[in-house]
Amino acid sequence: MRVPLSWLAQYAALGPVLPDAGDVARRLTAAGLEVETQERVGHDISGVVVAQVTGIEELAGFRKPVRYCQVSTGSGGPVGVICGAVNFAAGDKVPFAQPGAVLPGGFEIGAKKAYERMSNGMICSAAELAIGEDHSGILVLPPGAPLGEDFVAYAGLADHVFELSVTPDRGYALSIRGVARELATSYGAAYTDPADADLPADVAVVSPDVYPASIDDPTACDRFVLREVRGFEPATPTPLWMQVRLARCGMRSVSLAVDITNYLMLELGQPLHAFDAAQLSGPVVVRRARPGERLETLDHVVRDLDTEDILITDSSGPISLAGTMGGLAAEISGTSRDLVIEAAHFSPRGTARMSRRHRLFSEASYRFERGVDRELPLRASAKAVSLLASLGGASAVPGCSHASVEVPAVAISLPADYPDRVAGQVYGHAAVVRRLREVGCEVTEPAGSGPGPHHDHGKHDRGSQTLTVVPPSWRPDLLNPSDLAEEVIRLEGYENIPARMPRASAGRGLTGRQRMRRAAGRALAGAGYVEVLSHPFVAGTDYDRLQLPADDPRRTALRLANPLSEDEPLLRTTLLPGLLRVLARNAGRGSADLALYEMGLVFRPRPSLPGVAPILRVDRGPAVAEVASLEAGLPDQPLRAAVVLAGDREPAGWWGEGRPAGWQDAVEAAREVLRVSRVPFRVVADQHAPWHPGRCAAIFVTGEQGHQWLAGHAGELHPRVVEAFRLPSRTCAAELDLSVIETAAAAIGPVQAPAVSPYPVATQDVALVVDALVPAAQVEEALAAGAGAGLLEEVALFDVYTGEQVGQGRKSLAYTLRFRAPDRTLTDEEVTAAREAAVAEAARRTGAVLRGGS
Amino acid sequence: MSAPNKQYDPVEVAVLSPDEVTGMREAALAAIAAAGNLEELKAARLAHAGDRSPLALANSEIGALPPAARAEAGKRVGTARREVSQALAARQQELEAERDQRALVDEAVDVTLPWDRLTRGARHPVTTIAERLADVFVGMGYEIAEGPEVEAEWYNFDALNFPPDHPAREMQDTIFVAGPDGADRAGVVMRTHTSPVQIRAMLTRPLPLYVVSPGKCFRSDALDATHSPVFHQIECLAVDEGLTMADLRGAVNAFVEAMFGEGLRTRLRPDFFPFTEPSADVSMECHVCRGASTRPGGEPCRVCRSQGWIEIAGCGMVNPKVLVACGIDPDRYSGFAFGLGIERSLMIRHGVTDIRDTLEGDVRFSRAFGMEV
Repeated sequence: MRVPLSWLAQYAALGPVLPDAGDVARRLTAAGLEVETQERVGHDISGVVVAQVTGIEELAGFRKPVRYCQVSTGSGGPVGVICGAVNFAAGDKVPFAQPGAVLPGGFEIGAKKAYERMSNGMICSAAELAIGEDHSGILVLPPGAPLGEDFVAYAGLADHVFELSVTPDRGYALSIRGVARELATSYGAAYTDPADADLPADVAVVSPDVYPASIDDPTACDRFVLREVRGFEPATPTPLWMQVRLARCGMRSVSLAVDITNYLMLELGQPLHAFDAAQLSGPVVVRRARPGERLETLDHVVRDLDTEDILITDSSGPISLAGTMGGLAAEISGTSRDLVIEAAHFSPRGTARMSRRHRLFSEASYRFERGVDRELPLRASAKAVSLLASLGGASAVPGCSHASVEVPAVAISLPADYPDRVAGQVYGHAAVVRRLREVGCEVTEPAGSGPGPHHDHGKHDRGSQTLTVVPPSWRPDLLNPSDLAEEVIRLEGYENIPARMPRASAGRGLTGRQRMRRAAGRALAGAGYVEVLSHPFVAGTDYDRLQLPADDPRRTALRLANPLSEDEPLLRTTLLPGLLRVLARNAGRGSADLALYEMGLVFRPRPSLPGVAPILRVDRGPAVAEVASLEAGLPDQPLRAAVVLAGDREPAGWWGEGRPAGWQDAVEAAREVLRVSRVPFRVVADQHAPWHPGRCAAIFVTGEQGHQWLAGHAGELHPRVVEAFRLPSRTCAAELDLSVIETAAAAIGPVQAPAVSPYPVATQDVALVVDALVPAAQVEEALAAGAGAGLLEEVALFDVYTGEQVGQGRKSLAYTLRFRAPDRTLTDEEVTAAREAAVAEAARRTGAVLRGGS
Repeated sequence: MSAPNKQYDPVEVAVLSPDEVTGMREAALAAIAAAGNLEELKAARLAHAGDRSPLALANSEIGALPPAARAEAGKRVGTARREVSQALAARQQELEAERDQRALVDEAVDVTLPWDRLTRGARHPVTTIAERLADVFVGMGYEIAEGPEVEAEWYNFDALNFPPDHPAREMQDTIFVAGPDGADRAGVVMRTHTSPVQIRAMLTRPLPLYVVSPGKCFRSDALDATHSPVFHQIECLAVDEGLTMADLRGAVNAFVEAMFGEGLRTRLRPDFFPFTEPSADVSMECHVCRGASTRPGGEPCRVCRSQGWIEIAGCGMVNPKVLVACGIDPDRYSGFAFGLGIERSLMIRHGVTDIRDTLEGDVRFSRAFGMEV
């Protein structure tokens, strides 16, 4: 909303000298009407005066019409000026930029030779003076314009324009009327309501001579007014002052009739519509659309109407989308002389829905959905008619058609100290009443509490009294005590609210899950992984690229109704596609050695549940079953952690060769996260897309009652996946379900300290030959189990050998076993026995044979 | 009383004469001093302090002296041997120190050589700053509350007093999740803000309630330097008896000072959020120029664009309608809420100028922030 200060000052008596524009801006913002920009206009124009064209010589022989005009400013003789426009005649008054004049944008005008003549200045168009877009012709001034007068002063061009950002609750501020009221309150200045100014006495008189109108659906419209004028002169130019104001507000001048409706909308906030009476037939009815109805709107779009659409109709059918956009057929044209003016109050929700349904956003719908003053239609239409009469030569048909639905006034009971209790600041009874009245509320104090020495029992006694407050018709947003409290606090100034030190509450710190998540992130970053936050939108083809089988549950993804990109309409069911894209992007930008991680939610629909969430009522808390019905509409949203790696895990350097990232690193990253969680886990071989079938580990954690829960996978990606995502060769990845791990971890108590034995360690090495397919993890488990509890301190694999010495299809695993007792030095016999038991168990479980043994 | 060897050979014992002993001592000391390394010293030790050394031999001759002369000669030889032994020890120490010194010099390395053999990891600055922001509240006694990113429309809008079809709902360009039957509206959305977590907290936690909720949000905004369809917010919610806007201001001030600097002033101005009433936007004094850029002759400030103030957050008193929708008695309890954009904090505090840097996952960006911000 753009508002010129001069227009505001017409209704807010800011004094003979207007306040500094910066101060005005500050006060508007402090009142909740945020000034986004303020612009000083007109001050950059100088040397332009009102002049008269005294003679015109048409120059021939040029590709376009050119005139050599004699222009007089009243003093000195006329001067010759070249002009390319032809919309004026000798005798017309025009704005004339004399040599030395400056036009908006610092454009200097001089005397120069053009078209073989001396041109001593320039005759200006509206666009050249920044008061409109029209540069098709010269701005012709009324005959009464005083010759020689400075044009800036004459047209009132010097002004300040504020661009306001008006929040959606404050429809009243989408008008000069509303903004001027706030400004007057802020300055404590007198305020004249433009809706009350210059009203005819018969504003509410209903007359059968005016075009008949009725409301068919009272939920669509609660007030509808028509007035008529006849004999309007459609060619009458819009007066300069109105053009200037429209331009200052960023609105284009169209024609006098349209300009008048726009002007009043800007001033009062009431959208108005003008119909060509000749195009109407039969009584006007406001109703909802019927099935199959269509309307061609002003923008030449034929619209299929919805039965919820609110229409203005006549006997021919729809003629306008109420409060949104008029129909083409009944629109006024350049020849319309008899006009029907409509002013109405439409349902805010109805116009909002209609404007979104048709993607039609107009100045009118913008205002209606934010709340228009229900008491304006009679007055705004009366003012429109009188302007059409006084400016456009029309004669007004006395009276109006007025259809109206009774709407009871809202009366709010407000404990007088309620604003104090919201603000934490005592304003007192009197201030509360005064502020509410400044807003326009009617405030009724309980009997016996009126002002006066006899009834004044002091601030606090009166503070507990209850006021009855009826908000003004232009504030449909004021509905309850907290709305009123905000008005009081706002006008008293947010800057005057004290700050109280926060009171400490007994917080319990982070939950175990939250701490674990942070620790896991730090562990991965500490291990050389860089965190990324990829966006969760994926393409259906991503799941093909991941080589997922047709029945893989990860292919069941939620779909967005209005995705950001049609290419990525699904929500991720795994972190990998996004993470792999980021990896590829980094590789493309020249980072070769990459280790990335992400923690984030994935979205897994639950096909057994409805997937649709109801909209519950809000006038009370939901019941348990209602909350459950909301949750049933939502997917599972487990938290995942994933890593991807490519290039060297340990880069080459002056120390020598690098070490390429491999499946081992991916599995180790998974182990890193699991170690943080302290959950017991096992790594087993698996075949699972998108991993390389021979280089894929599944990770199981031990959950409740010893159950093994799948927590994720790690390893090298399948070569086809690498190719499909255009990744560096042998890219590796791991993905873990942190929600599963967190659940398993929740059952684990605090770490119990180990007994650190001071006795010496006994070390034994064993080399075991097993079938090549036996996982090392199994051999290690068997050794640990066989050695028995208490004595084995550590098992460490120090060599893996395959080759002739152990035979085809076999491998040798060499372990160091460290034994130690908590309470004594172990004897050789004990150590040997423990080692033999360990080897025996490995033999039993895995078929291991001591290397070199028989 | 027998006296062995009463008869002694004056020639044999000449080695015990003062001159002889002195000579032996001098020779020994000279040899020790002349030893340039531990090998030479070892030879000198053998020659002058070994079993066959002149002083050792002289010592063995003492017994041959008449008893009356033994004490004197013994003293003489003993003193000389002690001096030699001390000299040996001192020289040994010297030479060992020299040897050690030489060896350590030989082993010296260039300690400035790089050894970054593992690629360097980092956490995302959005994560670290979100933790920092949350920890400020945790320090004030708040607990971290979380909620889903795919959220029921009721939590995201209705319960927060966004009436259906109200323009406020349209201000947040919502990404809707289609229903299983493909319907555009299934009551399920990508949450447009973290405020639905407020509702969840009010429905599930006992009162009084002090929570802070960081999280990811989604809007169908076009991506540009300052807007992202995926972004993060953090907000706090307090519901207790007797909370007022003064408490809100106190919490806002404490937060701003903890995050951006001691003594920074804040300013509240009226704003509109459906879920708070009254509502305000929060600006803080520019933490870089502290308003100097607005004074005559002040250096222009890039961070606040010489405005002196930076808008950082929205806040307000919880709308009683929201309390009602959560089953909380608004006559007994009141609350305040306060929220801000995490990317915006990053932009203000760390000079990030293009929000896309936080989305693209370029390792060069995140590595600059390391583990903590």
